[in-house]
Amino acid sequence: MVGIEIDYSEVEKRLGVSRRTFLKFCTGVAASLGLSTHAAVAMANAVADPKRRPPVIWLHGQECTGPTEALLRSEQPSLEHLILDLISLDYHQTLDAGAGHQVEDIKKKSMLENKGKYLLVIEGAIPVKDNGIYCKIAGETMLDLTHEAAANAAAIVAYGSCASWGGVQSASPNPTGATGAPQVLKDKTVVTIPGCPPNPANFIGTVLYFVTYGKLPPIDDKGRPRWAYGRLIHENCYRRPHFDAGRFAKEFGDEGHQKGYCLYKLGCKGPETYNNCPSLEYNNVGGGVWPIGVGHPCFGCSEGGVGFEKPMFSLADVKTHTPPNMFPAIETREASGTLTAGAAALAGAAVGAAIGATAMGAKKLDEKEGKQE
Amino acid sequence: MSSHKAIGGRLFSVPFMVLLVIFLIGCFFMFQRFTSGIGSVSNLNGGFAWGIWVVFDVVIGTAFACGGYALAFMVYVFNKGQYHPLVRPAVLASLLGYALGGFGAFFDMGRFWQFYEIFLPGNWNFNSVMLEVGLCVAAYIIVLTLEFAPALLERFGMHGLLKSLNKVLFVFIALGVLLPTMHQSSLGSLLIAMGHKVHPLWQTLHMQPLFALLTALIMGFSIVIFEASTSAVGFGRHSESGLLSKMGKVIVGLLLTFLLARLVVLMLQGKLGLIFAADFASLMFLLEMVLFVIPLVILLSSERRSRGGQLLIAAVSMLLAGSLYRFNAFLFTFNPGPGYSYFPSVSEIMITLSIIALELMAYLVLVKTLPVLHREEHA
Repeated sequence: MVGIEIDYSEVEKRLGVSRRTFLKFCTGVAASLGLSTHAAVAMANAVADPKRRPPVIWLHGQECTGPTEALLRSEQPSLEHLILDLISLDYHQTLDAGAGHQVEDIKKKSMLENKGKYLLVIEGAIPVKDNGIYCKIAGETMLDLTHEAAANAAAIVAYGSCASWGGVQSASPNPTGATGAPQVLKDKTVVTIPGCPPNPANFIGTVLYFVTYGKLPPIDDKGRPRWAYGRLIHENCYRRPHFDAGRFAKEFGDEGHQKGYCLYKLGCKGPETYNNCPSLEYNNVGGGVWPIGVGHPCFGCSEGGVGFEKPMFSLADVKTHTPPNMFPAIETREASGTLTAGAAALAGAAVGAAIGATAMGAKKLDEKEGKQE
Repeated sequence: MSSHKAIGGRLFSVPFMVLLVIFLIGCFFMFQRFTSGIGSVSNLNGGFAWGIWVVFDVVIGTAFACGGYALAFMVYVFNKGQYHPLVRPAVLASLLGYALGGFGAFFDMGRFWQFYEIFLPGNWNFNSVMLEVGLCVAAYIIVLTLEFAPALLERFGMHGLLKSLNKVLFVFIALGVLLPTMHQSSLGSLLIAMGHKVHPLWQTLHMQPLFALLTALIMGFSIVIFEASTSAVGFGRHSESGLLSKMGKVIVGLLLTFLLARLVVLMLQGKLGLIFAADFASLMFLLEMVLFVIPLVILLSSERRSRGGQLLIAAVSMLLAGSLYRFNAFLFTFNPGPGYSYFPSVSEIMITLSIIALELMAYLVLVKTLPVLHREEHA
């Protein structure tokens, strides 16, 4: 075991949280990544070591700053401290104290000094139509800025649906040609953390993994970390048993809706959206605080081609198997067995035929034997 | 030359056509069951998970199919070779009964497309009371197929294969005695798991397997008599009453054991008073007892025992008694709790009837085309 006896007093001072809160946080992140408590200690050590804080360049494109807001407004007070002190945030258009040429100079300097070492976070979509003139920062297009920053980045994280696959501005007719970072940086590995807004826990987990182990966590074909986006919302949804049993809310406020039935028929996109919302929920407050938890169908915010693309109340394309209509319904049928005249007649006829045939057979047998003798 | 022969004759006889009509009507409802679900054709509900498909097709159907078991016991365990002529038709009837019992269970299975899982040992659920029954029945169907295989091999003249099969057949005959003993007693054990839902008169707890086994044997012998009698009438064959009446003595022993054990167990459990409670259950119990006593009266007299007609009446009475015993325990007096009631729907009954029709049609066709029935010495 390495560095169990590490001194966390420096961290306590720096982050303004107790050692206990800090370790609890690290354990929680490790757990949500599916890692062991050893990983939690390793993460805590990585954060405690000031030399390992990677410089971060944070670019904003076409977006509402939702991902940053989500991160900063995290209910846990230590979170924004942690994320901001865990890394050396050298350039962030929303959070920089400075402005204008000053911050642009700092960014250029940092990128030069930390060539090949810095973490690039992209937030917001990148318009590519007409050479990207629809989004400019300091006189340069977002398209150019992205290529420039990506050239020497150690790792690239696209944070939010806009950066991941284009988001709301990429919805038809998409006048600016808004696209996500992976589509622009085709020759690079871009980790995407989609969501509108994305869950800050998914971002922090990924970044902590990167800081601790110096590499990115396993990702799927769309660049999403598998630990967070490996499963459909539908698979872990607590309303899933209602889906399997065929109990659906059919309109807002109806009986099924009040009883917490499945929201599939209200257009819930859980069956085709990959995210960990059912297990992590949102805002770290617990108590079912996430869209499906509060009775609203998922609209697929994190899934390209679903969120902002499919109509809100249209039925989802169920990716897992759908229960066929011969699936036995779970219902509390009680007195289904009303005796119908037809059924009684049929049962009586069957028993009567058996007894009648026996009588006839017995008679014939006796006659036959009589002849034989 | 084989001692069995195909009886030949027209395949599309009048009884066959009548059965075909019943089967085709049932096919419509079977189709409906698989496209629109169990609920659309049956009256099964949350309280009555076992309807006639399970209770009649499986629980009673497999007891009807115990002819092969009962005869295998007689011929091969007690070495009563004179009954050998009756074995092959009994094995055929058993094979058909069991195969169609499995078929009936398939209709009752909510997720029937996972049926194959029973053949994957890794997926066995050892907490399920149905596992033993399911496995045993599946294995027994295979064993019965092999026991019946000589008839097929003779028909198609595969004498080499027949010779090698005959060398190992004793293993399967032994299994053919073991497996029904296992699952027929397990069918009784199912009732133990149902606890207080089973009426006290039928809830004999640890004695359930014994009663299940005894009724299975009684019904097995009865069906042998029934088959021999009906083929004597239906196919105009020589009556085999002489052979059958000897079997009557064995049945008397079984009947006496059953009745004695039944009443003693009820007495020891302090339930004799329930017999005279004059409610539905007590009436059913008395009816059941009467049906068990009628064959006893017939078979005890050697004069009556030697008459084919009387034998047939005794056999049918025992079949009805055994069926009623199982119907009473599993369905008629079964009480899952207040509010539940069950009577099969027309479509449900039609499916069961069409399965029976299919079984009879298969029997008719096979005895006419394959060497199943014994060659008559003097015809």
